[in-house]
Amino acid sequence: MPSISFMNVTKRFDKLLALDRLTFDVESGEYVCVLGPTGSGKTTLLRLIAGLLNPDDGTIFFDGRSVNTLEAHDRNAVYVPQQYALFPHLTVLENVAFGPLARNKSEVEAREIASKTLETVKLSWRAQALPGELSGGMQQRVALARGLASGADLLLLDEPLGALDARLRLELRHKLRELVKQSGMTAIHVTHDRDEAMSVADRIMILRAGRILDYGTPSRAYTKPAGIFVANLIGGASFLEGTVDAVTPDFSLIRMRGGLQIRGPSELFASDEPIILGIRREQVRILADKFEAENILEGEIREVRFLGSTREYVIRLTNGDRIVSRRFLEGKNPAFATGQRIYVSFKKRDVMTFAYPSQGLRKELEMV
Amino acid sequence: MPNLDIVGVSKHYGTIAALDDVTLHVGDREYVCILGPSGCGKTTLIKCVAGIEQPDQGQIFIDGRPMQNALIEDRRIGYVFQDIALFPHLSVKDNLSYALAVRHAPKDRVLTVANEMLDLINMRDRSKSYPRELSGGAQQKVAVGRAIATGSHLFLLDEPLGALDALVRAELRYDLKRLAIDLGLTIIHVTHDQEEALSIADRIVVMKRGKIVEVGKPSEIYLSPKSIFTENFVGETNLLEGRIIETNVSSCVVQLGSHKIELPVSGKVGGQRVVVSIRPEFITLTRRTTEIGGGWAGRIKQAAFLGDIYRYGVQVDGETDMVVHVPSTGETGGFAVGESVNVALGKSGHMLLFNYPVEGLEKETALE
Repeated sequence: MPSISFMNVTKRFDKLLALDRLTFDVESGEYVCVLGPTGSGKTTLLRLIAGLLNPDDGTIFFDGRSVNTLEAHDRNAVYVPQQYALFPHLTVLENVAFGPLARNKSEVEAREIASKTLETVKLSWRAQALPGELSGGMQQRVALARGLASGADLLLLDEPLGALDARLRLELRHKLRELVKQSGMTAIHVTHDRDEAMSVADRIMILRAGRILDYGTPSRAYTKPAGIFVANLIGGASFLEGTVDAVTPDFSLIRMRGGLQIRGPSELFASDEPIILGIRREQVRILADKFEAENILEGEIREVRFLGSTREYVIRLTNGDRIVSRRFLEGKNPAFATGQRIYVSFKKRDVMTFAYPSQGLRKELEMV
Repeated sequence: MPNLDIVGVSKHYGTIAALDDVTLHVGDREYVCILGPSGCGKTTLIKCVAGIEQPDQGQIFIDGRPMQNALIEDRRIGYVFQDIALFPHLSVKDNLSYALAVRHAPKDRVLTVANEMLDLINMRDRSKSYPRELSGGAQQKVAVGRAIATGSHLFLLDEPLGALDALVRAELRYDLKRLAIDLGLTIIHVTHDQEEALSIADRIVVMKRGKIVEVGKPSEIYLSPKSIFTENFVGETNLLEGRIIETNVSSCVVQLGSHKIELPVSGKVGGQRVVVSIRPEFITLTRRTTEIGGGWAGRIKQAAFLGDIYRYGVQVDGETDMVVHVPSTGETGGFAVGESVNVALGKSGHMLLFNYPVEGLEKETALE
């Protein structure tokens, strides 16, 4: 299975800079998710690896050898695009068996591989149907099965579950990872769904406007995100503006709007420097009464959101700032009601700190 | 003020019953989400309400008036689709005031409404932009604003957030809900996204194969649904097949594999086949240090860090696969693949007991 390396790869479409000097590695057998907003360059990245596009600059390596001049069909990669093209005159089973047959498997073997793969995408019952008789979501699963069964070393998936209902997507993503891991393929999977990326990836690459903002394991990207955009995309944090008042060896004192003061980790920042604080939802505790705790702030519940296994509370602090707390379900009724005065608390070590973005916080968080 | 009654509505396409005797009341200012897998009839239902489709049987009433012969334009319904269809050659402001302008409303009235809508969707700074200059989320906000500007109070939204990036989508749904409350709108919102429905609906209508399976508040639908289909469709769950082996006045004992559990449910019959459902977040895992001792023994087969939770695939007693969610904020830390664990099913109140479905469990929980 190939490892992949990008070395300063740039791709332009006329004046548009789609990918800007990308450098990264994917290890042999690794499952990488590429996550980013619409238009961030995810599909372009995939098409470059597939050999359907050529870089304007830089080099792409498979196993240390440049593939810049290698034709797509010689790359032993299977590309499953968003607009999957199935053979309309072949049955579902024949579509999936096509790859193994092309690799000189016997008819019997190819059918066996195809049947097994169809089972994992829950489509055995439609094996004899023609693509035109299937819903969009089913066709997408056939395309996925065809990719999985192809016998290629490298699997390139562009929103492979995008056309599916949320519930089915949830079920299939875990199967997808299991299957890819069993096959040993190196996989690159493009998605805009954060939960999907976290669930399946060994490493997540976050792309924005043609650049890599972060690249690491889900837990690293979550606990130590490289910047505000990543913290928002991966961690669902609340962001507050502050200024460093003082830094001690154990903690920093941070002044917020309205004269509120909290403690954060003692990192990096100098006194009087404006910063952004990021606080993840599940690390914000809500208390009915004030008691001695690190970073306790008064606020009011503005909104209660039932999400199934969790509830989210949107809280307005006395200085007008907004902070979100997410808790596992306490029961049928929320523990706190809209309008209720409460206190929130969070640990100083759970406060993420970021340099104040040059274009302002709102622009930094925009999903473009 | 609008209220809507759908009474015994059926609709066939050839031999396929897209809607099969559907009856539903939607009250004034209610926010109702219709949730179901693709092909369940949810879109057909709102098309019948809008007048785009005619029911074969049954009646639709708006404010008590039968809609049988009412033209689409006389129903005073706002309609927003997944595919954003703004006028590309008109600015945001002109898109918003279009409905009034074509009705030759006085100029100052048109201007006032356009400005109101710009404020409402918080886009005053983009009033002169053209649709192609906006992100998908911003375009969909304009589409909603344009529908509201018609003066309708009854809205049909068909996957209004379906084409958007996951994160944008999660934010916009709360904007929609806020608009509905502030303006006193009655809304029927079709979605396949469980979390979307749970988080904003006053009531959720679950549909399957042209029929309403059940109707309830979000917390009822998630925590105490009447059917296995709903329990499985709305959020993940573990469905365990068993048999009643003992019945008491206010409880019963269920045999699940080699284990017995007592549940506070009466009215069951000894020997009856049942299904016990338990949500992933109600199961607790602890490290299993010795092989002796009772309880359920499990082995971690899959582990994923999702941020606020770890998601584990656990093989219990060497046969049953279960999904378990563990908060990542807890002190236990993560478990590794291959590790042995004790599996505790938690409080009996967290388990639901269903009769074994007549059609079989697989058919009952099928997502298509």
